[in-house]
Amino acid sequence: MKEITIISGKGGAGKTSFTASFAFLAKNRVLADCDVDAADLHILAQPKIVHQEDFFGGKKATIDLNKCSHCGVCIENCRYGAIGQDFVVDHTACEGCALCHYLCPETAVTMEETLNGKWFISETRFGPMVHANLIPGEENSGKLVALVRNQAKVIAEERNMDMVIVDGAPGVGCPVISSITGVDHVVIVTEPTMSGVHDMKRALELVRHFNIPVSLVINKWDIYPRMTMEIEEFAKSENIQLAGKVPYDRAVTDTMVRRRAVVEVGPGPAADAIIGVWDQLKQRIWQ
Amino acid sequence: MIVAVASGKGGTGKTTVATSLGAVLGTRSQILDCDVEEPNCHILLKPTILTSDTVSLPVPSVDLKKCSLCGKCGEVCQFSAIVQIGKTVIAFPELCHGCGSCSMLCPDKAIEEVPRNLGVIETGMAANLEFVQGRIRIGEAMAPPLIRAVKNRIKSNKFVILDAPPGASCPVITTVKGADFVIMVTEPTPFGLNDLEIAVEAIEGLGIPIGVVIKQI
Ligand code: SF4
Ligand code: SF4
Repeated sequence: MKEITIISGKGGAGKTSFTASFAFLAKNRVLADCDVDAADLHILAQPKIVHQEDFFGGKKATIDLNKCSHCGVCIENCRYGAIGQDFVVDHTACEGCALCHYLCPETAVTMEETLNGKWFISETRFGPMVHANLIPGEENSGKLVALVRNQAKVIAEERNMDMVIVDGAPGVGCPVISSITGVDHVVIVTEPTMSGVHDMKRALELVRHFNIPVSLVINKWDIYPRMTMEIEEFAKSENIQLAGKVPYDRAVTDTMVRRRAVVEVGPGPAADAIIGVWDQLKQRIWQ
Repeated sequence: MIVAVASGKGGTGKTTVATSLGAVLGTRSQILDCDVEEPNCHILLKPTILTSDTVSLPVPSVDLKKCSLCGKCGEVCQFSAIVQIGKTVIAFPELCHGCGSCSMLCPDKAIEEVPRNLGVIETGMAANLEFVQGRIRIGEAMAPPLIRAVKNRIKSNKFVILDAPPGASCPVITTVKGADFVIMVTEPTPFGLNDLEIAVEAIEGLGIPIGVVIKQI
């Protein structure tokens, strides 16, 4: 069983549209949406939820004002400035480290589990899918990503599937790290713009930091052919496999509006190119 | 006045809005790129960088000569970043949140704090606009402490523009906290709307007024 993750560094480069198309093209796969703080894959996959569970990622401090003697030890030592002068803990600032709980001479601080989100197992026309919603503004997205990936792998093993396809998050921080560590292959989707290239390079550096095989795809390559050429040269000089180029095509947005992956709807410039990219990737992943 | 420019979905044109706002306000304003994972303001503003400082987080280093192997550190750490196993204590600095619990509560005073590099903060000028950006070290998972350090550079006598990271989780909250107004940039697609709703829900909880800009209509 192989696990591949699609990331982009920059948001809006087409990562989720590609993930849905790959999911349609692959047979025998489980989908995992690891962009847990702004999950979009469900819009295209239209999952029917068959199982759901709460996700408790961590704890937060609460001070019992009846026990509190206003000594101020907690305020002084909390490194996140999470405790106000009124001894009320600001839960958006509290990291749940429990230092105040251990230091409080009145044992007034309790640590309580907080609900950070929910995760789901669903059936979709692309096969089973594991996804999650982080409660907006909550933390611990890295832990939730790890949980989603694990569940997807369990299902893949149970049902004898060959592949888990993971939609990663934008950026290079905690949820992204959590969605790529230990996978068999990472696909970076980029676009030929200054910020697209800048962010792709950082994403690439991250993937290499973890020594994971990687392929590059240039989306909307024809909006700025000269920049596309620069990316191709860069890829060659850095010895990175280019899995293909996909042209700009209105059909991508149009099919998104109709809740479909672009390859599902039929031939077209983007759809044909994505099919070519997928063939390349398959060879590489199973070589 | 502090205005944060955010967007649930990436690639909607958030940075274009933030930098344009800065360019219009000029001398009176300061722009801080809080999208420390993928800072992009510098691409559009091309600032001259004048200072560069490393930002770090204090993480534990154990002196085994003083350590009595009591296991207290592993018991108090909420992030499994330090454990006592057999005759030794192992720290996992990349999991550490730098809270100081283990060093402060160690009965043998065997734990010292050493810095873990989070990234850099660079400051400079883009024409007459004051510029600050954070850039996370590749491989570093925790953006919020670096974002807090970027925000420490806010000059209260300026009109402050914060370019927030995409999404709706802790890095966004860390950025927009304390802002007077949030501009949400979105695009008219199902992804754009879905991510806008999530981000608005996250920010609403902080009680900050929100305005929406729709790009590429
Ligand atoms: S648990 Fe830690 S972060 Fe939260 S209020 Fe207490 S000391 Fe501060
Ligand atoms: S400083 Fe806090 S988070 Fe870091 S190892 Fe010690 S107890 Fe754990």
